[in-house]
Amino acid sequence: MITKQVKQLLLSIVGAENYDDSKVECLVYSYDATPGYQAMPDAVIKPGCTAEVSEIVKVCNEHNIPIVPRGSGTNLSGGTCPTEGGLVLLFTRMNALLEIDEENLTATVQPGLITLDLISAVEPKGLFYPPDPSSMKISTIGGNINENSGGLRGLKYGVTRDYVIGLEVVLPNGDIIHTGGKLAKDVAGYDLTKLMVGSEGTLGIVTEAILKLIPMPETTKTMLALYQDLDAAAQSVAKIISNKIIPVTLEFLDRPTLVVVEDFAKIGLPTNVEAVLLIEQDGPLEVVERDMKRMADICLEEKAVSVEIAETESDAAALKTARRTALSALARLKPTTILEDATVPRSEIAKMVRAINEIASKHDVNICTFGHAGDGNLHPTCITDARDHEEMERVELAFADIFAAAIDLGGTITGEHGVGAMKAPYLEWKLKKEGVAAMRSIKQAFDPNNIMNPGKVFAKESRKRVVVTS
Amino acid sequence: MTTVQEREAIASQFAEKMNEDELLNCMRCGFCLPHCPTYIESGLKESHSPRGRIALMKAVTDGVIEPDEDVERSLSLCLGCRACEPVCPSGVKYGHLLEEARDIIHQNKEHSFPVKTIRKAVFSGLFPHQERMQNMTSLLGFYQRSGLQYIARKTGVLSILPDNLATMEKVLPKVPKRSEMKNRPTELPAMGTLLKKVAFFSGCLMDTMFLETNKATLKLLQLAGCEIVIPKSQACCGALHGHSGEKDGAKQLAKRNIEAFEADRVDYIITNAGGCGAFLIDYDHLLQDEPEWHERAIAFKNKLKDISEILVDLRFHEKTRLKLPAQTITFQDSCHLRNVMNTSIAPRILLQAIEGIDFREMKDADRCCGSAGIYNIVESEMSMKILDTKMEHTKSTQADVVVTANPGCLLQMQLGIERENLGECTKAVHIADLLMKAVAL
Repeated sequence: MITKQVKQLLLSIVGAENYDDSKVECLVYSYDATPGYQAMPDAVIKPGCTAEVSEIVKVCNEHNIPIVPRGSGTNLSGGTCPTEGGLVLLFTRMNALLEIDEENLTATVQPGLITLDLISAVEPKGLFYPPDPSSMKISTIGGNINENSGGLRGLKYGVTRDYVIGLEVVLPNGDIIHTGGKLAKDVAGYDLTKLMVGSEGTLGIVTEAILKLIPMPETTKTMLALYQDLDAAAQSVAKIISNKIIPVTLEFLDRPTLVVVEDFAKIGLPTNVEAVLLIEQDGPLEVVERDMKRMADICLEEKAVSVEIAETESDAAALKTARRTALSALARLKPTTILEDATVPRSEIAKMVRAINEIASKHDVNICTFGHAGDGNLHPTCITDARDHEEMERVELAFADIFAAAIDLGGTITGEHGVGAMKAPYLEWKLKKEGVAAMRSIKQAFDPNNIMNPGKVFAKESRKRVVVTS
Repeated sequence: MTTVQEREAIASQFAEKMNEDELLNCMRCGFCLPHCPTYIESGLKESHSPRGRIALMKAVTDGVIEPDEDVERSLSLCLGCRACEPVCPSGVKYGHLLEEARDIIHQNKEHSFPVKTIRKAVFSGLFPHQERMQNMTSLLGFYQRSGLQYIARKTGVLSILPDNLATMEKVLPKVPKRSEMKNRPTELPAMGTLLKKVAFFSGCLMDTMFLETNKATLKLLQLAGCEIVIPKSQACCGALHGHSGEKDGAKQLAKRNIEAFEADRVDYIITNAGGCGAFLIDYDHLLQDEPEWHERAIAFKNKLKDISEILVDLRFHEKTRLKLPAQTITFQDSCHLRNVMNTSIAPRILLQAIEGIDFREMKDADRCCGSAGIYNIVESEMSMKILDTKMEHTKSTQADVVVTANPGCLLQMQLGIERENLGECTKAVHIADLLMKAVAL
């Protein structure tokens, strides 16, 4: 609840034009891209600078008002849904690219900057910012940092965390701290930079970031390997890695996903095969050509029916763009698409694909699978209808089984989408009681009043894991 | 202001009529956001984005919020450019949702007396009657030719109009004489080898204020080898009605047109206005609840083609020498031609086939110019913001000519040119007029 008095305080910080508690404005920030999550905030606020953020946080801390920092609301774990009301904090006024430092190879940005805008701004300078989540055209850097987003290039280049080297953060008591810097080395105390990355807005508010850039690779080549057998595709992934080749991208799409993506993108994707691998390598030309040849050979040895190399850059770009639409395109089949991002060690990817299919038929649900196979990070997506409650129950059981299967294979419940509200009840499965307790004590130390994105990461109640012993 | 009763009526009709499957189809990925002109120009306000508007429509349908002024505001600020549709991986038919929502709001709202009078005059009295459109246009012609325009401009009476209306008065084309509008042909033979038989959809504005463009279009069709029929009983496409929440009026017109174009056996029905084309191609959706008309609407829409598409299909640009004096040309997409008729490559192929021109693509040519039917009059502030951005991109191409494919866009681009004082060096033209010029040389 925001009282009249608190509202006055907030208005005096940002001005009337940057505070809105009308029904309409609250409603359009009541959701993110996670199906099944919607909750009204009490108000929406748009600070213009770090000092304003700090003032806002102080007011909220004093009056116990939840704060949900929000980028573009593309979150897939309910992380930006204001489940406990309070204030949704927008960064639409804090979206500047402050500096590209060509001597230190860094970019300094405000959290509201769109990921793709950063990538496009550094590329003409021969610099490269690798993290490229599928939503990069919409997502913000602040959102990426809070979720530690991955992307198609994660296999070779890692995820957002690997590129964040300094942060300005407003802590829940209103203190402004600076972590890290334009430094290649820095062991002055705990690594708070990396702690903040992926903290899902539960520890503080990122108001500025220093990002590491790397030199732009000289050449890039992209190919598609086609399979009539899911298992063969998954085996190829494991074999490429065990042959010590690390491509930029090694993506998996099954037939139902291919069909819907082609229906949208119309770029001539094969729809008569059971699966494809989308493979990309970059670097000096001779290395790229050698790796592509070796990977093509491995795929063919593993019973790929054919291997096609994209002839032009625009063909390659079209393939990747199409892949990025996979999740949304699946909504063509049924209105509700619930996806997960359970992740396993790369060597276990074939077993995971098999497990997903068995679980789908066990619970009689329709699961399509695509994802970052090379990272061991698949996106089994359940195609369903939220209005069918009986089926929704089976979907939930299926996903619980998928989490369990991933953990049994040495994996995790989420590779890149975050715990949010959706996976909070399962966190203990991965971390055990002691692991969750350790994290809770960190949360408690930073945010004793629990105002920062409450209800996320830590569940009120953990789900019981049913272990069947045979 | 909406009364409590009006809100209740609107809410219950949302629950009854809105397509729930279509609303649920939006999975809120946000892929539409960077393509929405009002989202961008409003400073990234979710309430002025397609994702936000769908969420609002769903919330009203589910009874989560009331259809208050803010909801209405969000829906009325939408241009209806439908740029969100081709980029939506889930394939949500946003345009249909918007039209239904607007229709429900307008049907259940008591408009103030002056608004009601104007709406009645325009939607029932004027547009459905081609003769009255001619009279109205003639009146404008009288104004232009009699010296009244000269006097009006000199004496400064126009300054009582809002700024952009006064500028708009300047950019209206010189209209044809009444006799010219009255004596329109009903059939025209192909020139050279006969390749196709087509019917021409004249359009109410195109056949009055933009008569020259219609003449050029017909000539191009003849030159391309088309025998043409121009059904006399055809009417306004109904777009203006449909987009303004006058669905019943739109249905009447749709039926009249379907009948008019069934009379002759033709290969295609040709339009030269993206706005009309997009509405005509949606007739099957408009008439989906009337089984006896639905099939006929599908047959009608399957024959529909824009002038640029048929010219490229018939390889007109390869068979005819097109040449113009050296000049730089840029193309502003018509949103409805691009996003609904799926035509964006054909006009570019034709333009690039003209010898002597330097074709330069402007940044974001696929983004709306802010014309959007009567949007530039009723939502003038947002429209002018969008136009200003558009003019920045136009200016960077240094184009002598901005080519468009729809009368609304043409007027808006002329308005932009006038506002930027570029009248001396830049012109806006319809693609058919430019092509005709290129043939004549």
